[in-house]
Amino acid sequence: MYNGGKIVIGLLIFVGLVISPFLLKGDKATAKPDPKVDTPEILKMPVGERTCVEDKEYMKAEHMKMLNEWRDWVVRDGLNIYTSKAGKEYTMSLQNTCMKCHSNKSKFCDECHNYVGVKPYCWDCHIAPKEEG
Amino acid sequence: MGILFSFFAVVALIVVVFVGVQGANLHYLFGVIIPFAAFITFIVGIVYRVFRWGKVPVPFRIPTTGGQQTSFPWIKASRIDNPSSALGVAVRMALEVLLFRSLFRNMRSELRDGPKLSYASSKWLWLGGIAFHYTFLIILIRHMRLFFEPVPGIIKIAESLDGFFQVGAPVVYVTDVVFLGAVTFLFLRRVVIPQLRYISLAADYFPLFLIGGIGVTGVLMRYFFKTDVVGIKELTMGWITFSPVVPQGIHIIFYVHLFLVSSLLAYFPMSKLMHMAGVFLSPTRNLANTNRAELHVNPWNYPVKVHTYEEYEDDYREFMKSAGLPVEKE
Ligand code: HEC
Ligand code: HEC
Ligand code: HEC
Ligand code: HEM
Repeated sequence: MYNGGKIVIGLLIFVGLVISPFLLKGDKATAKPDPKVDTPEILKMPVGERTCVEDKEYMKAEHMKMLNEWRDWVVRDGLNIYTSKAGKEYTMSLQNTCMKCHSNKSKFCDECHNYVGVKPYCWDCHIAPKEEG
Repeated sequence: MGILFSFFAVVALIVVVFVGVQGANLHYLFGVIIPFAAFITFIVGIVYRVFRWGKVPVPFRIPTTGGQQTSFPWIKASRIDNPSSALGVAVRMALEVLLFRSLFRNMRSELRDGPKLSYASSKWLWLGGIAFHYTFLIILIRHMRLFFEPVPGIIKIAESLDGFFQVGAPVVYVTDVVFLGAVTFLFLRRVVIPQLRYISLAADYFPLFLIGGIGVTGVLMRYFFKTDVVGIKELTMGWITFSPVVPQGIHIIFYVHLFLVSSLLAYFPMSKLMHMAGVFLSPTRNLANTNRAELHVNPWNYPVKVHTYEEYEDDYREFMKSAGLPVEKE
């Protein structure tokens, strides 16, 4: 090969970059987020009815979209009440509805968000519930 | 023809996912085996092709340059455009790789009435190309959040800058919009300009459709058909720890995205996309113009068979003498 040294160095850099996730995996690589739903507000609910606004799978995937819709409906359209698919009514509010039940933001919302590396900017303005400890 | 063929090839890839994942429930095949196979093809293929290229000698420097070569001290040399030192070459390479400098010099030529030939600077391709490549890069960097745990701070910075306008939730990324726009531009360019349409082949359209398909499915997944990103990260972290699990309930759109990416990775080493490695090996960019300053020996020179005058005289001495010609040796 001609200029073999330079070509091999280039290829090593390329391969190193491409497989870097395999090389740099820490001990935490397999840790999974474990959002806790054991807040006082949720524990007050009867055992069989401890559900979110919608079912769990839906909330997991779509909660950001739901919050976005709630925000538009409240701030732009002046609506206040959300009727879930199950027919239950909720006041559309980030702080007073979501965070009332999920008052453990750092062990719930943040648990997932840190895992996937998102940092919702909502808390620039909205006030996160006080957590002891 | 190339357009339709490429378009339906990408459609066929998408149909394969629907049949395989939704019809036949082959989640493990599409979620683990195919991505791994594609990834290995990608690396091995690129390394193999670069080694093959490395075997080709480039004995003579090709000075296709835009400047004066180094000669007398009193003639101003163009150090970057016509470099004679390794540093100059490095700068020229960096400008080429990072800023697409030779594309920046792109010209448009037109035949006007007269007839007159006119040239004008044409920067659109450069702009589209640079927008496309840089947004692609940023999207790839942001995707690394799925492959590192904990997520490095630099990726979070990229995310927050990219989502600077804070439109909607999940926030709209500027790169997503520019990326799709740039792919569309690069495609329309080939369709709208007759000369380009004439020289475009399936091998030009297919990567565009494939990359466009990847972008569209990614955007659909983020903003429209939401899916469980936490589950997806469990899958990707499973890959890199070699203990893959396929979580239940991931939306089909993710498998489409992943299969198109796998197709792109597997196709990469045998396609024109190899210009990613090729740009580093282009002889008109990476060789200093030292044609005259240094001796360059052609490696395929073989010992040339020569017939010297002495041998000639040995062969014909008698005839020469009898014809009265002078000879050097009696
Ligand atoms: C009435 C109390 C209540 C309210 C109000 C509520 N949640 Fe929930 N949420 C729950 C419970 C209980 C669960 C666990 C459901 C389960 O395990 O089936 C849950 C689950 C979730 C999950 C899925 C967690 C997981 O483990 O995957 C998300 C995400 C979520 N909630 C977000 C929200 C958001 C966003 C809001 C406001 C729009 C909200 N919740 C409002 C009680 C509530
Ligand atoms: C099951 C894990 C999980 C839980 C619990 C969870 N989230 Fe999320 N959230 C996500 C994921 C994953 C994303 C990013 C999705 C993406 O990147 O497309 C996200 C994104 C968001 C976004 C949009 C971020 C952006 O990019 O603009 C908001 C807002 C949000 N979550 C609010 C909340 C709130 C408020 C809670 C707590 C009540 C919560 N989430 C709990 C997983 C979770
Ligand atoms: C610039 C400050 C600011 C930011 C950032 C912000 N909000 Fe708000 N939000 C407001 C204000 C002000 C209101 C209006 C309150 C009212 O009209 O009562 C509001 C109202 C809302 C409401 C309806 C009313 C209520 O009580 O909750 C929702 C839902 C909401 N925001 C969600 C979000 C989400 C989700 C995010 C993050 C993606 C977010 N907001 C980010 C300022 C902000
Ligand atoms: C050629 C490589 C790829 C390209 C060009 C690409 C492109 C995109 C684009 C444009 C988006 C829209 C949202 C964003 O910009 O973040 C996206 C989203 C996404 N991509 Fe990719 N992608 C590629 C590879 C992959 C791979 C290898 C995976 C994982 C296995 C993946 C998983 C995802 C997921 C999960 C989303 C949704 C993210 C969210 O909802 O926030 N992509 N992709």
